[in-house]
Amino acid sequence: MNKVLATAHSEFIIALRNRWVAISVAMMVLFALVLSAAGSAPTGAVGVDKLSVTVASLTSLAVYLVPLVALLMSFDAIAGEVERGTLPLVLTYPVARGELVLGKFIAHLAILSIAVLAGYGIAAVAAIATDPNALVGIPALFRLFWSSLLLGATFLGIGYGISAFARRPGAAAGLVIGLWLVLIVLYDLGLLAAIVADDGGTFTTHYFPWLLLGNPADAFRIYNLAVSDATAAAAGLTGAANSIPAIHALISILVWPVIATVIAWLAFRRVTP
Amino acid sequence: MFLTLSQVTKRYDDHTVLDAVGFDVAAGERVALLGHNGAGKSTLMKIILGLITADGGTVSVHGLAPGSYRARTQTAYLAENASFHPSLTGQEQLRYYLRLRGEDPRKAASLLERVGLGAAAKRRIGTYSKGMRQRVGMAQALIGEPKLLILDEPTSGLDPVSRREFYVILDELAAHGTAILLSSHALTEVEARTDRIVILSSGVMVANDTLANLRQQASLPIRLQISAQRGKVDEVAQKLSGERRNGLMVDLVCNSQEKLARLGDISALGPLVDDVDVITPSLEDIYSHFSKRGNA
Repeated sequence: MNKVLATAHSEFIIALRNRWVAISVAMMVLFALVLSAAGSAPTGAVGVDKLSVTVASLTSLAVYLVPLVALLMSFDAIAGEVERGTLPLVLTYPVARGELVLGKFIAHLAILSIAVLAGYGIAAVAAIATDPNALVGIPALFRLFWSSLLLGATFLGIGYGISAFARRPGAAAGLVIGLWLVLIVLYDLGLLAAIVADDGGTFTTHYFPWLLLGNPADAFRIYNLAVSDATAAAAGLTGAANSIPAIHALISILVWPVIATVIAWLAFRRVTP
Repeated sequence: MFLTLSQVTKRYDDHTVLDAVGFDVAAGERVALLGHNGAGKSTLMKIILGLITADGGTVSVHGLAPGSYRARTQTAYLAENASFHPSLTGQEQLRYYLRLRGEDPRKAASLLERVGLGAAAKRRIGTYSKGMRQRVGMAQALIGEPKLLILDEPTSGLDPVSRREFYVILDELAAHGTAILLSSHALTEVEARTDRIVILSSGVMVANDTLANLRQQASLPIRLQISAQRGKVDEVAQKLSGERRNGLMVDLVCNSQEKLARLGDISALGPLVDDVDVITPSLEDIYSHFSKRGNA
């Protein structure tokens, strides 16, 4: 465990020096502030506190931003070491490849939590300051926090897998951006198009819910919106996904980090320095 | 024997990089691995370290499989152009390596001091020169007094003074029983600093012996360079049936058995001869002799 923590410590220093910590925090805080400002207009929903509305907005934000930050931090993790030539030396040390990946993972997840905490914290303070009832929404915010970390963990693992597979930082960067575009943006558009074309047929009733749950980002959105009172604030596919039980979405967001970690480990094992 | 290689073979597609290479390194022994670029030196070292696997043959690190956890605890490695993350300071980098070996990270300062980086310890490695990075590599190879040291052209980028300091450290380690295998292009520095020489040529081991024995086996001709008196060079060349080299010098070539007799002939010429130099084959000559034999 000492070796894992040593790796995590080293990676954290590197991320700090490379300004990754500052960039992630700034990104989350900036977007949270913009959302809070936009959300301060009257929503018209009766009986919904401001923080719950904020959580709904933050969910839509996190779906885009958390995977992006996670992929940007992870794409260089293995490909960068291959390119710098630092990998062969460290692999001659008595440390398992799993321990190295785990160390990087802990450091990157810590940075992500700092960024998420800063962003959500500021949004929460803004909501509570303007609405005394907002404290009702605290559990929803807490749920959003830990599920965001699970979402981040998933994309960190996928990022490591791509990094090990690509072996060159440039190729890895291209691949993670492509993946982000497909999983986060195009996936939902594709499903929407399929639903429209299907017009309530077997695809919509049978396959669509599973396809939504299979995408970690969609599962994250469904889980957070389904258990919050603010589904009214939700838009897009989630409205159509109301029939999916929250527990299924929860299982998906819990299982995905495990799958992603296994993918990362398998891909890294195949790397010959 | 601390390190034993037997019939080690490695192929990439249909190209054989290493062909049944076998030798061993005892504790406290310093063995030089010589060969042209692409002779298979680095590949062999990576196999010993367990970074890549051999297609045939066996490698044993003190009875352990190469690259196994316990083999790695006893082995240290330094590659040519050692590289590290530029954002870390020398001290942070070394503290990390110490922790990976389960050693006290506070030893970083004394290790950096030992390789002459004490003053630069708190600067980022990104600001270091090539030689300084190589010293960081040396410092990490010294962690925990390794039992086996694999050094792939370790002195590249080091100035002559640093090279000498480096070999002093190696001698200390060998005196404490560390088995050392190092490759180098600088043959002259290997000559005085190693106990045995292994030569690889296109993946084939063509020599494995002490320098003195290799010299004997090669039985390369010795050159006698004679400076004649002014105007007497043709006469000297004729009397010794040697070859006139220029207006003053005559070259003679003989083998080691004939050497004394030929020197006798020369001294018999008395005042015709000014001076004589005996030029024995250098390590370069011996090296190219064995390398050529491997290619034939």
